[in-house]
Amino acid sequence: MHVEEKMTVETWPAAPEKQTLEAKNKFLGFWLFLGGETVLFASLFATYLALKDSVPRSDMPLAKDLFEIPLVFAMTMILLTSSLTSVYAMYHMKNFNFKKMQVWLGITVVLGLAFLGLEIYEFNHYVHEFGHTFTSSAFGSAFYTLVGFHGAHVAFGLLWITTLIIRNSKRGLNLYNAPKYYVASLYWHFIDVVWVFIFTVVYLMGMVG
Amino acid sequence: MSTNAQKRGFGATIWDYLTTVDHKKIAHLYLIAGGLFFLIGGLEALFIRIQLLKPNNDFVSAGLFNELLTMHGTTMIFLAAMPLVFAFMNAVMPLQIGARDVAFPFLNSLGFWLFLFGGLFLNLSWFLDAAPNAGWTSYASLSIAQTGHGIDFYALGLQIAGLGTLIGGINFLVTIINMRAPGMTYMRMPMFTWTTFVVSALILFAFPPLTVGLFLMTFDRMFGANFFDAAMGGNTIIWEHFFWIFGHPEVYILILPAFGIFSEIFAIFSRKRLFGYSSMVFATVLIGFLGFMVWAHHMFTTGLGPIANSIFAVATMAIAVPTGIKIFNWLFTMWGGSIRFTTPMLWAVAFIPSFLMGGVTGVMLGSAAQDYQYHDTYFVVAHFHYVIVGGVVFALFAGAHLYWPKMFGTMLNEVLGKITFVLFFVGFHMTFFIQHFLGLWGMPRRVFTYLPGQGFETSNVVSSIGAFLMAAGVIVLLINVVITSVKNEKVGNDPWGDGRTLEWALSSPPPYYNFKQLPLVRGLDAYWIEKMEGKKGMTPAEPLGDIHMPNNSFIPFLISLGLFIAAFGAMYHGDEGNTWGIPVLIFGLLFTLGSMFVRSIKDDHGYHIPKEELIDDNDKGVKA
Repeated sequence: MHVEEKMTVETWPAAPEKQTLEAKNKFLGFWLFLGGETVLFASLFATYLALKDSVPRSDMPLAKDLFEIPLVFAMTMILLTSSLTSVYAMYHMKNFNFKKMQVWLGITVVLGLAFLGLEIYEFNHYVHEFGHTFTSSAFGSAFYTLVGFHGAHVAFGLLWITTLIIRNSKRGLNLYNAPKYYVASLYWHFIDVVWVFIFTVVYLMGMVG
Repeated sequence: MSTNAQKRGFGATIWDYLTTVDHKKIAHLYLIAGGLFFLIGGLEALFIRIQLLKPNNDFVSAGLFNELLTMHGTTMIFLAAMPLVFAFMNAVMPLQIGARDVAFPFLNSLGFWLFLFGGLFLNLSWFLDAAPNAGWTSYASLSIAQTGHGIDFYALGLQIAGLGTLIGGINFLVTIINMRAPGMTYMRMPMFTWTTFVVSALILFAFPPLTVGLFLMTFDRMFGANFFDAAMGGNTIIWEHFFWIFGHPEVYILILPAFGIFSEIFAIFSRKRLFGYSSMVFATVLIGFLGFMVWAHHMFTTGLGPIANSIFAVATMAIAVPTGIKIFNWLFTMWGGSIRFTTPMLWAVAFIPSFLMGGVTGVMLGSAAQDYQYHDTYFVVAHFHYVIVGGVVFALFAGAHLYWPKMFGTMLNEVLGKITFVLFFVGFHMTFFIQHFLGLWGMPRRVFTYLPGQGFETSNVVSSIGAFLMAAGVIVLLINVVITSVKNEKVGNDPWGDGRTLEWALSSPPPYYNFKQLPLVRGLDAYWIEKMEGKKGMTPAEPLGDIHMPNNSFIPFLISLGLFIAAFGAMYHGDEGNTWGIPVLIFGLLFTLGSMFVRSIKDDHGYHIPKEELIDDNDKGVKA
């Protein structure tokens, strides 16, 4: 099958993301990249756990003083939902329904933006209400680095998916861009999984001890 | 005539190399750039040895000495050994598995330019401010306290170069998993391909901790974070852990490809199949796995406690087992073979005792209780030079002679090659053997001078003379390269006569599409099997057809350039009165993102070489 071939619902294969050698390579290479990213975030988690609540003065805020579950729970729900909507998008991609795929990806982007907005609000809150900043303590450095790296990943993912939506809006699905959509959704799931760990390790464990 | 054989101007050649995505040309780039950094690192080593020639010497100041030893280590590991290993991986691995290129030709080019810009950034420190001076390990308690921008050059330069290495690792993994020729099963892959495979997996999992460590250091030094500042709640041991979680696999990332190159050489020049192939594969994988379990043996004196030290000591010694398996397999490969002592074979034979000595001192150092005695003495310096030079550098010399005809189509002079070998081999043992004893007598490493009357004088003179012998060996090699390039006598497919693997079935250098038809692989040492059955070349596994090729691209260069620019902004923004730092940082990052964006929205389907042109190539003058 040729990548530039005009496809129809009838000719659209079951696994459009893995039809050409280039696509197979992209698929595998991206999984391996996510393996490396896992180690990267594992290192950041280790740093955070080592420096959690490590502050120079006793009057500085600790994890249990800072975090409030309602806000981060809302963020978690929004990001988990955005993962679900990207699954819907991939479902429509496999069925060669370009319009619906674009719409669901658009919803994913909106949810991602909402998450990012809440995160900015959250950071702003810590800085202005508690004086908990990147430079105020080792705890602050570790917290903003771990959560900030995740936030930067979300921001990059939003740029990426938006680019895909706009770039392909006029020409529809083919075997050249199907793997591009697919790995972008993989990346989005990965970001979501990392957040689940942040929610657990940083926020839930921060509340109880 | 095909278009690629036409004569072109100098400018066109430069542009071709700036934009190339061909793994063979990228191998040339890695070889040239890595070779240059090897010379720079070597020069720094010579300055160190001149300074230590006599007690109380003042050839360089104490401060400059610190910079020299830091940059010698950093340059040799990251900018010389790694890229040179990558040069051979790029040049040979795709040919060995019967592939037309790597899985991601564009990323292959990006990996090279990131490495080069990172290396340039690091070395610009000599001219712009001060070079890094906290040792190649750059322990945080020391490096955070250093004034000036030396350490910033280290943190940012290695960050950029390390990104390139990570990309290269992923690329090789996918290439080997997805692009093997028909019949090339995993257990038929040549040993060098196997080591490339395992090493790429190590890179994938070892480089992210370094990335994080360097980020933390960058944030601490340039953006006011407090990861390593104990007064603000920080902890410097975090850096040590990250550095060595990366650093220990790193030494296996260097040595395993060396093992691969030597495995090829022993088989070729003994005219025998590699002894114990499957146990070699097993040992390689096991070394790679254990390589992640031993990092804290670099930190025995940090004070992690007797239990941690014991566990890491035992794990360290366990690595001697698979390594021993390899040594015996190489010896048994030679046993009963018809051995030819060519230049590559001389390096290979010399490697066994040299590396073995490094391994034995490694086991000594791995014993935690003894390590307290050896720590930070010249004994350690002697140990790691025996494994890195006696293992990796010997392999790079051997590989350069072995693969030169495959990379450039002409053979290096054998007489000069043997002179290089003798000079370097003698010089190497002269320099470093005596350092074991200097260490045991109490000479500390990384100190810029020593006092007279402590019994160090003669030994240091011997060591310095040895360093100059090594330099002489390298100069002979350079002369050899020049003479060979000027003569440029073209050689055939299999210039050594006993090539066993697929790369020797192709012309030297191979055509830009490598294989006109993908070869059918019928066993280990695929080309040897065909030769033994009296065939001239490989049996094709597919009919002649159009070949799909990737387009050249200038974007990898631009992506790397953006990060290079951003690094300057990040470094200088904290200086007093600096107003351009942050804008430059943002501009550089946007430049990189913009280049990636252009790459992303421009469709690049590559092009096809039509079948007809391939037939033309085959029978010159006959029109299809």
